[in-house]
Amino acid sequence: MKARVTVMPKSGVLDPQGKAIGHALASLGFAGVGEVRAGKVIELELAETDPEKAKAAAEEMARRLLANPVIESFRVEIAG
Amino acid sequence: MKAGIVVFPGTNRERDMALALTRAGAEVAWLWHRDGDLPAGLDLVVLPGGFSYGDYLRCGAIAARAPIMQAVARHAARGGLVLGVCNGFQILCEAGILPGALLRNASLRFLASDCLLRVERTDTPFTGLYRAGQVIRCPMAHGDGNYVADEDVLDRLEGEGLVAFRYVDERGEAVAEAARNGAARNIAGILSPNRRVLGLMPHPENAVDPLTGGEDGLPLFLSLVQAAVAT
Repeated sequence: MKARVTVMPKSGVLDPQGKAIGHALASLGFAGVGEVRAGKVIELELAETDPEKAKAAAEEMARRLLANPVIESFRVEIAG
Repeated sequence: MKAGIVVFPGTNRERDMALALTRAGAEVAWLWHRDGDLPAGLDLVVLPGGFSYGDYLRCGAIAARAPIMQAVARHAARGGLVLGVCNGFQILCEAGILPGALLRNASLRFLASDCLLRVERTDTPFTGLYRAGQVIRCPMAHGDGNYVADEDVLDRLEGEGLVAFRYVDERGEAVAEAARNGAARNIAGILSPNRRVLGLMPHPENAVDPLTGGEDGLPLFLSLVQAAVAT
């Protein structure tokens, strides 16, 4: 079973990387781009076959290691 | 004083740290990230700078979960001295031993230069030999030194006097431009509530010799040796 953990900078936390991407998009001539935020996606292959349990396990992993709650929020999706 | 320096894969400032500690009169022991316990009779644990685990995931995130960190947390909990410099500061925050986190520098640039630091208080084991408000010159070298914490955490740090060092200008003023990495409230280093744990971004261990840019960092190590002897 695959779990996808999306980790994003918490709202309110300065995201200089997102800002730099936004500036680069503007210099390429893309108009109308508002705020840009950059995070990361971590894909986990889990032995667990029960989607509920797999999600709970991935959330525990995100809380303990994958995301830092001081600066980041996370979301877990289970994909078959 | 007996100091233990922890080495993780990717640590690279451990020898500079050993030189500074030895120069101050400390005895140095080497500790490995896989060790489960600290050697008996250790006064100080040092987490030196570098790029532990290649800065993968987040700076210090993997190192903070290494086996030795539980022993370091126990050492801190029983009032032992802990010094984390640069990556070591990041590791202390990731381990939850100190509050807050260190984000990518606001400029997105790696900063390698000298900086000026103001000593905020001298009644700590790390700063006893400085003068209150003294401005010292120290090298810094980091990509992620932008200290952040929730506003209430920052207020608590200020209220309890746990900010140890701030980035300042030539006049000793904590103006925003002096915190080139963007650190909240110009914070360069913070203390634990019992003032026995210090996390600091710049490198005092690289300012202990007049031949290589001054000796402003040396009093920090001499203070530690003096404090350990006194207890």
